[in-house]
Amino acid sequence: MRRVILAVTGTIAGLVALLSFKSHAPIAPVAVTSGTGGSSSSSSSSTATVPGEFPEGSLAGKLTGGETAITGKVGNTVYGPVQVQLIVKSGKIVKVAILQQPANTIHDIQIGEFAFPRLIGETLTAQNAKIDAVSGASYTSAGYIASLQSAVDHGL
Amino acid sequence: MSGDRPGRLRHAEPVMGTVVSFDVPDWAGPTLAEAVRWLHWVDATFSPYRDDSDVSRFGRGSLELADCAPELAEVIAACADVSARSDGYFTARPGGRFDPSGYVKGWAIERAAAMLTESGSAEHSVNGGGDIQCVGDHGPGQPWRVGIADPLRPGALALVVAGRDFAVATSGVAERGPHIINPHTGQPATALASVTVVGTRLAAVDAYATAAFAMGPQARDWVESLDGYEALAIAPDGAAWQTTGFGAYLG
Repeated sequence: MRRVILAVTGTIAGLVALLSFKSHAPIAPVAVTSGTGGSSSSSSSSTATVPGEFPEGSLAGKLTGGETAITGKVGNTVYGPVQVQLIVKSGKIVKVAILQQPANTIHDIQIGEFAFPRLIGETLTAQNAKIDAVSGASYTSAGYIASLQSAVDHGL
Repeated sequence: MSGDRPGRLRHAEPVMGTVVSFDVPDWAGPTLAEAVRWLHWVDATFSPYRDDSDVSRFGRGSLELADCAPELAEVIAACADVSARSDGYFTARPGGRFDPSGYVKGWAIERAAAMLTESGSAEHSVNGGGDIQCVGDHGPGQPWRVGIADPLRPGALALVVAGRDFAVATSGVAERGPHIINPHTGQPATALASVTVVGTRLAAVDAYATAAFAMGPQARDWVESLDGYEALAIAPDGAAWQTTGFGAYLG
């Protein structure tokens, strides 16, 4: 389980790094939360989130047994702040929550309405489809998928 | 997803308004760096969003073609060729302003992949924000697998195409809102939600996808008439069609 968490940690770091084209600040996950009845999910690189402090949209308070929530730090991209949360069970990403996404301009709103909902599903289906790339995605999703491939390279 | 791949090097480079993802042999780092420099050079030279690019200066008449990078003449000629082949549905002047971006990205990605081939790599892919050039196989006996985003079901893949030595490009409205103009009407093309074109070389594949999207339903007969290209289209009402040879790419 520890190896999985470290791999997912890599996913978030990779994702935020890819989205943060002009941000060079180091990115690391800030919170790991396990569902009741879940297996061990400790990680030396993360700390448990205090219940009740979840950001809006967080799934961490709604976990079922065996699920672990991993919340990324806020990444400051050229489009605005981005923050994601992954729900992992048995080494697979089963849900993705977008906690923050750009919403400042019309262009950004379009990204919010189209790209992010699309990405959430791609995370689920891309694992099943064993794909190497996605055609039709825009630049933010390209970075996202690439980061998932990076996660695969880390053994997820 | 592809799983562990020992001996491989991945890189994602923000450039040309997108992220270009590389999957190359791990010894190809120097050529990868060269390809990245090439893409940034293309961005600086061809971006219509940079006032000092050759494209911008040529477009507003402040720089003669002979004084531009020689690649600009090559691109202009290629755009004219695609425009002629597509009955004018592809144009280097969308909206009346000189902007060959509809050709440049695919062309630049294809050339980046070719640089890796020339360095001795037999298996690599370069993905320019969803427009992909695949070279060789993904692994021994394993084709490259490319998911096609479903424009009507956010988050879902419509299907997977697989192959070796092939290129895939998708044009659609779902990514950044309507942005492909039908040159014959001056209005955004809305008859289709997305068109995916597959073929061997990304420069043409990408430009043809743009033309097919502007064309709408008649793109089916048009792509059927093209030797070496296949297409899949999804309409806003969910109706879909594919050309007769597209099935060979279904993964």
